[in-house]
Amino acid sequence: MTSATTITPQAYLQAQSRWHPLEIAFWLATLLPFVLFPDYLSLASQIAITALFALSLDLILGYAGIVSLGHAAFFGIGAYTAGLLSKFGWGDPLSGLVLAAAAAGLVGFAASFIISRFRHFTLIMITLGLGLLAFEAANRAHWLTGGSDGLQGMSIWPVLGIFKFDLYGYTAYAYSLAALFIVFLGVRRLINSPFGLALRGIRENWVRMPAIGADSRAHIRKAFTIAAAIAGLAGAVLAQTTENVSLESISFQRSADVLVMLVLGGAGRLYGGLVGAAIFMVARDQFSGIAPQYWYFWIGVLLVTVVMVLPNGILGGLSHIYARWRRK
Amino acid sequence: MSTAALPAKEAIVSSAIALATRGLSKAFGSLPVARDIEINLPIGARYALIGPNGAGKTTLINLMTGMLAPNAGQIFLGGDDITMLGPQERVRRGLARTFQINTLFAGLNALEAVTLAVAERRGLAGKFWRGVGSHSEAIDEAYEILRKLRLGDDCYQVTRELPYGRQRLLEIALALATKPKVLLLDEPAAGVPQEESGEVFEAVASLSDDLTLLFIEHDMHVVFRFASHIIVLVGGAIFTEGSPAEIAADPGVREVYLGKRKHG
Amino acid sequence: MLPPIFGVLFDGIAYGMLLFVLSVGLSVTLGLMNFVNLAHCAFAMLGGYVAITLVNEFNWPFLATLPVAFAAAAIVSVALERTLYRRLYRASDLDQVLLTIGLAFISVAIAAYVFGTTQQPVETPEVLRGSIGVFGLDLGKYRLFLIGVALVVTMLLVAGLEYTRFGAQVRAAVDNQRMARGLGIDVDRTFASTFALGSGLAGLGGALAIEIVGLDPNFAFTYLVYVLIIVSVGGLGSIAGSFAAAILIGVSDVAGKYYAPELGAFLIYLVMVVVLMWRPAGLVGRR
Repeated sequence: MTSATTITPQAYLQAQSRWHPLEIAFWLATLLPFVLFPDYLSLASQIAITALFALSLDLILGYAGIVSLGHAAFFGIGAYTAGLLSKFGWGDPLSGLVLAAAAAGLVGFAASFIISRFRHFTLIMITLGLGLLAFEAANRAHWLTGGSDGLQGMSIWPVLGIFKFDLYGYTAYAYSLAALFIVFLGVRRLINSPFGLALRGIRENWVRMPAIGADSRAHIRKAFTIAAAIAGLAGAVLAQTTENVSLESISFQRSADVLVMLVLGGAGRLYGGLVGAAIFMVARDQFSGIAPQYWYFWIGVLLVTVVMVLPNGILGGLSHIYARWRRK
Repeated sequence: MSTAALPAKEAIVSSAIALATRGLSKAFGSLPVARDIEINLPIGARYALIGPNGAGKTTLINLMTGMLAPNAGQIFLGGDDITMLGPQERVRRGLARTFQINTLFAGLNALEAVTLAVAERRGLAGKFWRGVGSHSEAIDEAYEILRKLRLGDDCYQVTRELPYGRQRLLEIALALATKPKVLLLDEPAAGVPQEESGEVFEAVASLSDDLTLLFIEHDMHVVFRFASHIIVLVGGAIFTEGSPAEIAADPGVREVYLGKRKHG
Repeated sequence: MLPPIFGVLFDGIAYGMLLFVLSVGLSVTLGLMNFVNLAHCAFAMLGGYVAITLVNEFNWPFLATLPVAFAAAAIVSVALERTLYRRLYRASDLDQVLLTIGLAFISVAIAAYVFGTTQQPVETPEVLRGSIGVFGLDLGKYRLFLIGVALVVTMLLVAGLEYTRFGAQVRAAVDNQRMARGLGIDVDRTFASTFALGSGLAGLGGALAIEIVGLDPNFAFTYLVYVLIIVSVGGLGSIAGSFAAAILIGVSDVAGKYYAPELGAFLIYLVMVVVLMWRPAGLVGRR
């Protein structure tokens, strides 16, 4: 029954971070749109961007257990930073990306001192409040952001001087997918590191952490800052690939949608946000004809179902079925 | 440094005393839960803390570990005043505790949980670049702790699937991973079925001699078997203390505690 | 003639009273069980639509619809509590947030389907139209009525909490849930009853709100933010806190719109974040 006698502890833990064939299949599948769905490359690009945003939320929600209703603040900060850089003359995408991520990360670092001090309802309300404040700030500062008209006058230079962003969307999707994959690799390493274990400890049992000598607040500040930077990076990719920034990128709706996607796919499973984003965005595209409140009706039904029946999202449900099938 | 009896309210604590409190007091509103408590735990001691339910035993542990802030009084660890330090800082200095109700990482397996504790102690928990699997010293240390507590074979099982008695052992393993000098055990065998409680007591018995132990316990057989000194807490204050023989013979204790209730 | 500030204050207080009736139920249930019910304003919306239907389709007098709005919201809340909420009392914050937001989404869609997306008009009863002149101020009769209703509700709640056995149970459970259970109080049942009462009050508030702010399917979310702000600023489980916070928010909102419209809702969000940082349990809260 136990395999403990055949595998050393170190080998066991190292095996946890080995690439599973399904993962490789997943990433190969992300290349399919280039070949099979060339007309949908801009949608594919949106999915990659949203998936990256969902991944950043997973870091704080799925791994550290922080419920944030205002995560779009960082997405928006990244988007507007990249947009403003371009508008004021610096249109290089890669350096713009780095600067935007840094800006979002900096704001995230400042906010993390507040976030790490609170829990439960108070924390939810503070994240909501900070998110709404960010939205209002962007809305009111229309001399800078363009307000509800959106940011105008962006012009993005070709990536590495060679690859232009054009209407066909090849460059855009390649760019978004590359950003997603590279950041994913980093997050995957993080999750499998001692820091990742500490975040899971925080999520599993907040009370036990100080009892083993852990400084939970410091861990949360670190995770929150990294998550903010990644969200900002995702926002910047959106701004650069669409040459446009609107208030939607910093709105409550974006915060709520990404939360739904993550929960749908399954939080705390690395791929949950990616899967959830893909399903959500494709569905929304297919049902784009119906009025928004009816779309949200089905989202509501979905949420109630997930909470009552599928608490770990789709990936959780699948792994549960797989585990039961293996036991037979 | 002399280990002779110290003056009662003396703020200087001998370095042969592993853990001491002076005048420790706490009240919730008008309800006092700790009254002017003075305790001296010599290094290597095996002290038991007993008392009726609601006497404030767990509260005292919470005060010592920093989970609760006192209204007055001081706490000394190895001669250093730790009263103002936060809980994790006290753990770093060598004061660990277990919880009466299992407070474990339900979704982690035993190896991961203890490795995390070891990593925290070694300052590795902030590192996010190298995988957990590459920190072989920490893993080996974690596995050794588990093995000594007979949890080696179960170490890959998720905590929530472990039998209750093994979970209690994991409670102790997590505390030991912090390499404490003083260990506070809150009813280590609480809720453990009869067949498994022997393992828990053996684990407690096998703890190193330079580890100072204070344990809360209701089972008098366990207390008389393991403790060299017993402190009786009633209504938040120390009622009396002494050797097991003295306590067993004390009519006041009998009346307050031993006589009044059947053990369990 | 009194300066316009008094008119602004009066309107602000009336608005605050409305917000209080809407919020008090959520504050008490949050303080009792820490259950995050983001569908609270959906119950308010339900009450509003019940009132509208009774007035417009069945020609009921407006005042008679108020108790029915209260009852309808309370009954629906009991049904939902029995089937769904009950299972999540000890669930994580996230699960509670997701379930109740999902219910709110569903309710918005149903409202839009049945009643359409435009604001529903309701005729104010004759006796409440117009205004009374007091010290040169035009005090709207409806707003006076609103303040009156809110004060009656407050007095009944405070008296109920202080002098009834049920009230004592609620106070005990809010203060220290574990000890209350230890004393034999069925906290889950207490919560269910309080939840029904709080949702009923929300329904009443929804009906009362029609005249002041209008009713459309988005009501469930638009006012949720205000209610959440009042509850967190006032303190969970505190009627006095909700009362004070509601007046504060009501007056700030009206004064803000009158004196500094460029600021928008910025000020309110800032007030909330600052208060929560200073006092995480709210101004009067205890945790």
